[in-house]
Amino acid sequence: MFLYNLRLARMSLMKQPLLTTLMVSAIGIGVGACMTILTFVYVISSDPIPDKSDELFAVRLDSWSADNPYEDDKPEEAPWQLTHPDAMALLESPVPTRHAAMRKAAFTVVPESEDIAPFVNIARMTGRDFFDMFQVKFLYGSGWGKSADENAENVVVLGKETNDKLFGGRDSVGETVRFGTETFTVVGVIDTWEPNVLFYDMNNGPTNSVEDVFMPFSITDRREIAGAGNTNCWKDEQIDTYFDLLQSECVYIQFWAELNSPAQKAEYQTWLDQYTEGQKALGRFERPMNNRLSTVTEWMDVQDVASDELLVVLSVGFLFLAACLVNTIGLILARFIAKGPIIGLRRALGASKGAIFRQHLVEVGLVGVAGGVLGLILSRLGVLGVQRLVSDADNLRGVDIDLLLITFGIAIGSAILAGLYPTWRVCQLPPAGYLKTQ
Amino acid sequence: MEFRPILSAMLRNKTGSILVALQIALTLAIVVNCMFMAKQKIDHINRPSGMDVGNIISVSSVGFGNDYNHDRTIEDDLRLLSDMPGIVSVSTSSGVPMSGSGSANGFAGSTEDDAPRHTANYYSVSEDIIDTLGVTLESGRTFRDIDVRRADDETLSRLSPQVIITRAIADKLFGEGDPAVGKLMYDGLGEGSEVVGVIEHMYGAWVGWSDFGQVALFPQRTEGPHTRYLIRAEAGRRDELIPVIEKTLADSNRTRLIRNVRSMEEIVKNSYEGDNAIAVTLSVAVVLLLGVTGLGIVGLASFTVRQRTKQIGTRRAIGARKRDIIRYFLIENWLMTTIGIVLGTVLTIAINYSLASAFDIDQLNYMFLVAGMFMLWLLGFIAVAEPARRAAQVSPSIATRTV
Repeated sequence: MFLYNLRLARMSLMKQPLLTTLMVSAIGIGVGACMTILTFVYVISSDPIPDKSDELFAVRLDSWSADNPYEDDKPEEAPWQLTHPDAMALLESPVPTRHAAMRKAAFTVVPESEDIAPFVNIARMTGRDFFDMFQVKFLYGSGWGKSADENAENVVVLGKETNDKLFGGRDSVGETVRFGTETFTVVGVIDTWEPNVLFYDMNNGPTNSVEDVFMPFSITDRREIAGAGNTNCWKDEQIDTYFDLLQSECVYIQFWAELNSPAQKAEYQTWLDQYTEGQKALGRFERPMNNRLSTVTEWMDVQDVASDELLVVLSVGFLFLAACLVNTIGLILARFIAKGPIIGLRRALGASKGAIFRQHLVEVGLVGVAGGVLGLILSRLGVLGVQRLVSDADNLRGVDIDLLLITFGIAIGSAILAGLYPTWRVCQLPPAGYLKTQ
Repeated sequence: MEFRPILSAMLRNKTGSILVALQIALTLAIVVNCMFMAKQKIDHINRPSGMDVGNIISVSSVGFGNDYNHDRTIEDDLRLLSDMPGIVSVSTSSGVPMSGSGSANGFAGSTEDDAPRHTANYYSVSEDIIDTLGVTLESGRTFRDIDVRRADDETLSRLSPQVIITRAIADKLFGEGDPAVGKLMYDGLGEGSEVVGVIEHMYGAWVGWSDFGQVALFPQRTEGPHTRYLIRAEAGRRDELIPVIEKTLADSNRTRLIRNVRSMEEIVKNSYEGDNAIAVTLSVAVVLLLGVTGLGIVGLASFTVRQRTKQIGTRRAIGARKRDIIRYFLIENWLMTTIGIVLGTVLTIAINYSLASAFDIDQLNYMFLVAGMFMLWLLGFIAVAEPARRAAQVSPSIATRTV
């Protein structure tokens, strides 16, 4: 029966090629435009580390000025980053399963070979827990040991790109690399890691790439390395030296903790509250107590990863689809009404209303499938087009199976939605009237 | 005129007419809102910068190794660059204006405790910065070379004694239109710098910032080993100079690395790329939707003409002229379009209102609505013209030929 309906639908659609083309393109263009934008919103707001995003927490303490909140638009939030003294104190906490303080720093890599020109690399200065906490996969070797963190040893984990550049992609564990004036020993090389959002540090935009060099955080202090990320200060302090910055109320350190159970989270929250209570006694933390633990996805919400502007464009996209659907409804209705005489004849010959209904639903379904295919192609083109306009949108490369299903769902769903009313109308046509006139 | 028969014909096919009107209404609402938002983005991107963006080149230099001498490198580089043919002016700068990265600090116009603080982007620059950026000094003077403090100066992180500021921040600090030159501008620690010059207009670091025009330039070198040069090329020679500059600087000194030799135009374009992407996306949506709607009207009208072939023939047979037939379709379409436009006007305002309340979108400029109305009237007319012309070609004899 379905195949028979399909054949009828095909015949009927072929009979009016112009109208069919218009209907398919209207749905296709509507779905294509809508999906192009939805792809961006979907990709940028999907969970970058789904296995454990609920157990990873961005840790923030409200150390900001008593006079005004860190972010005027979000007065309930604590600053995005921590001060140096606070980050160091938090590293002493026994509660989290893993934790790491981190910041960015720029280094000049001086290759031994004269053939390779020196180049600047952005390094992530962090603790050994970083790699296990964020499930970073290693090609060779592993992260560094505890003593490297404690003694600020010159060890380094390279990204694949830097390892390819310096060592031709071979296992470089045990080899040395010169960063600026000092020599570092390679302890590990990580595999390519391209999260859709650089969730652990969104201070310079959510779609930056993962750094290609990792070193112990403690090195920054020993060598007085200036950071490469954002530094925000509220207090009028005289900051002349690196030591002044370390002691200041300026925030520039990201801090993450892994907490595997609600109980552990509660315990950590208490620990943090006690810590700030102690600091308040020393005259710091003038604002009301506001220590924040945000999961990866919560943190992305706070950082407005899917920006307001993107959401405006998305709503325009859905309106666009709606306009295309109204267009399609009009076209389908006109066609179905015109088929009145044939439907009348079929009804007179014994076809039930249900049979007519199903048959026409199959017909609009077919239009939906064709529109979906067209929409999918158009949305890929659209994404490519937008990628040409935005340089850091490379993370939209892959076609996600979910997105594919959503596209088809929207296409067929909209076609059926558009076809429902005309189909219903067509079933209401009294057969007798049509039989008489011919 | 035959409004009545047209109206009653439309009433017979109520749903069809309503759908066309609804389609027009939605199209109007989307097109007007998209055009409005796109235009705002374009205006935002095209704001005059006050600087000679098209001829400026930015170069970074990072020293490494024990032999690197920061101040000497800067002095050598500046001499080398200013002697190069094709270069108008060169200056160090701690950042590139409008690049999206930069520093800001709060400044006050007096040392009183309650003096309001105003945030300005600040740059550490050398003496020729005014000429290099191509900005216009409204009053006061440019920097002299003795103003510029060396990087190894012990007092480096404190404010330099002179500063040049923009009119935008001068207005905030000292009051609207105050000459400002000769006055002191204070940082949060109460340290003052004398305003020696006021720039008519230039932009700071962040294109999305509402106080984008508040800039202060301090004559001092940044701490090593990083420094940046802004270089203003003679008009039209920028692109040929970029590789020459890169090579000359790299060859002249091997204790540092030359990187990011880029035109300021490219850097600025990059800062606006999000805004640009949105403007382009919205414009494409407008064009596509007008296309879909126009073709939809063509399709429906052609279809109606075919359905009504017999009636048209009959009308022709009993005396209607060709232009009566054309007029019939034009008026019918005009009526539906107009109903749609009326509906659409309400919808346009409603959509603008809800976008404005949910997000940070400005209130609609009604000129866009008027423009949108005319666009849709025109679109409806063009779309129905060909089907109507075809309808007029229906031969009167058709009435007798078919059953």
